[in-house]
Amino acid sequence: MISVENVDLTFETNDGPVHALKEVSLEVKEGDFVSFIGPSGCGKTTLLRVIAALETPTKGNVIVNNMPPDDARKAREYGYVFQAAGLYPWRTVSGNIKLPLEIMGYSSKEKEERTKKVIELVELKGFEKKFPWQLSGGMQQRASIARALAFDANILLMDEPFGALDEIVRDRLNGELLKLWERTSKTICFVTHSIPEAVYLSTKIVVMSPRPGRITDVIQSPLPKERTLEIRDSKEFIQIAQRVREGLKSGHLDEDL
Amino acid sequence: MKRLIINNSILPILTILLFIVIVWYLAAIPMNSEKVTRQFKNLSFTEHVEKTWNLKKPKLPTPHQIVNEIINTTFYKKISSKRSLVYHGWITLKATLAGFILGTFLGIILALGIVHNRAMDLSVMPWVIASQTVPILAIAPMIIVVMNSVGVTGLLPKAIISMYLSFFPVVVGMVKGLRSPDQMQIDQMRTWSASPNQLLWRLRFPSSLPYLFASLKVGIAASLIGAIVGELPSGAISGLGARMLAGTYYGQTVMIWSALFAAAFLAASLVFFISFIQNYTLRKMAILR
Repeated sequence: MISVENVDLTFETNDGPVHALKEVSLEVKEGDFVSFIGPSGCGKTTLLRVIAALETPTKGNVIVNNMPPDDARKAREYGYVFQAAGLYPWRTVSGNIKLPLEIMGYSSKEKEERTKKVIELVELKGFEKKFPWQLSGGMQQRASIARALAFDANILLMDEPFGALDEIVRDRLNGELLKLWERTSKTICFVTHSIPEAVYLSTKIVVMSPRPGRITDVIQSPLPKERTLEIRDSKEFIQIAQRVREGLKSGHLDEDL
Repeated sequence: MKRLIINNSILPILTILLFIVIVWYLAAIPMNSEKVTRQFKNLSFTEHVEKTWNLKKPKLPTPHQIVNEIINTTFYKKISSKRSLVYHGWITLKATLAGFILGTFLGIILALGIVHNRAMDLSVMPWVIASQTVPILAIAPMIIVVMNSVGVTGLLPKAIISMYLSFFPVVVGMVKGLRSPDQMQIDQMRTWSASPNQLLWRLRFPSSLPYLFASLKVGIAASLIGAIVGELPSGAISGLGARMLAGTYYGQTVMIWSALFAAAFLAASLVFFISFIQNYTLRKMAILR
């Protein structure tokens, strides 16, 4: 589905070049839930942006849905959920969800149908006519996910979508996201800096470390596809979490900490 | 809420107004005394003061004289009459609105160019700023004379001067407004593969509206000043500017002051009108709540 091969990315800044990604290789299969985890500056968001064709790698090869990422972007092969909900204040919830559909030129009948479907999917029924400021942070982020789902792309790229929310809301949305993933069978790439979130959600955990941004470990999760919050107390869960923590630590050893 | 507004804004304004009126009446006494002593002999103090407040051609006319003149020339003259303030006000208003519309369009077009084209960003903005450092009083006669020589007179030259003043706040405000969406919002549009037009109409333009309205309020007041300045050097016989000029020629101070107040009232109404549209639009867009 997504293949990243030997990708290097260097940003030219006023303080000299910054090596954001170094020799990054990764395979994401259809239906995978992949988490990118690591400290800030490890390039996890940059990697997601490379897949989304929002950044162009300096070196290396990226294939998304059998095409170069920029073609995939133009073909609207993925939905992207940003850290902030980024809803337009002058549009209602349903107006915001319709925005990408308008841009993509869907008929008004189809716009209505799709909006209705994704609003039910993210459990925002009854809030269609509300403006963003009338919603809580969690509901805004759900609307933002609905907007990314509205045009039914196979891939969902999420950049710390719940990073700004409190833990209780985050747990709930994580549960909902898992349900949604199961129902829609999408391929999800998910950036986070929370170990429990990464382990709870993913089928594959990609551990990254900074300066230069690189992958230090890829963990295939043995957890079953159907998960409840209680799974976090299981032995497997704790073992994976430990391995992630080890991976994060080993990344730091290189910098004489 | 209403009551709060009344308590918070009307009372201080009225207090200041009362203060100004008192100072005004007091100032009129010494200003007009000389003329009164020349015209009348053996007046008591109260009679003297009363005369200073009611001279036909005073150095400083008093508020009630101006109010009387405004009422007289507004309500008791035919609107088509050359002595009607409404007639002159309308002439100036036409030029103001024409210049305002031209200036707003010019401003928006320049801002769009500046935001979308790097070459324009670097080359146009310094000229826009330079244009406003030249005093309008120096430019206005040139515009009138040049346009007159090619046979264009009347409304258009005045509107051009209005435009010259009013496009500036619109350019500055709209450049800022069109650039107000953050990188994330622009990236988001990119992920949907939105066209430049869609980016403009669905994101940049709506985001810029609060900035546009702030600019329009400055712009319309500047337009009125432009129209009045445009009437001064042209030897125009109608318009509020012409009225002020005629007043100075004939020593009709009451006429000057009443034209001045009419212009101030017009400016205030225009700004208020834009504010009204602003509140309505932004409320409707749920930006203001």
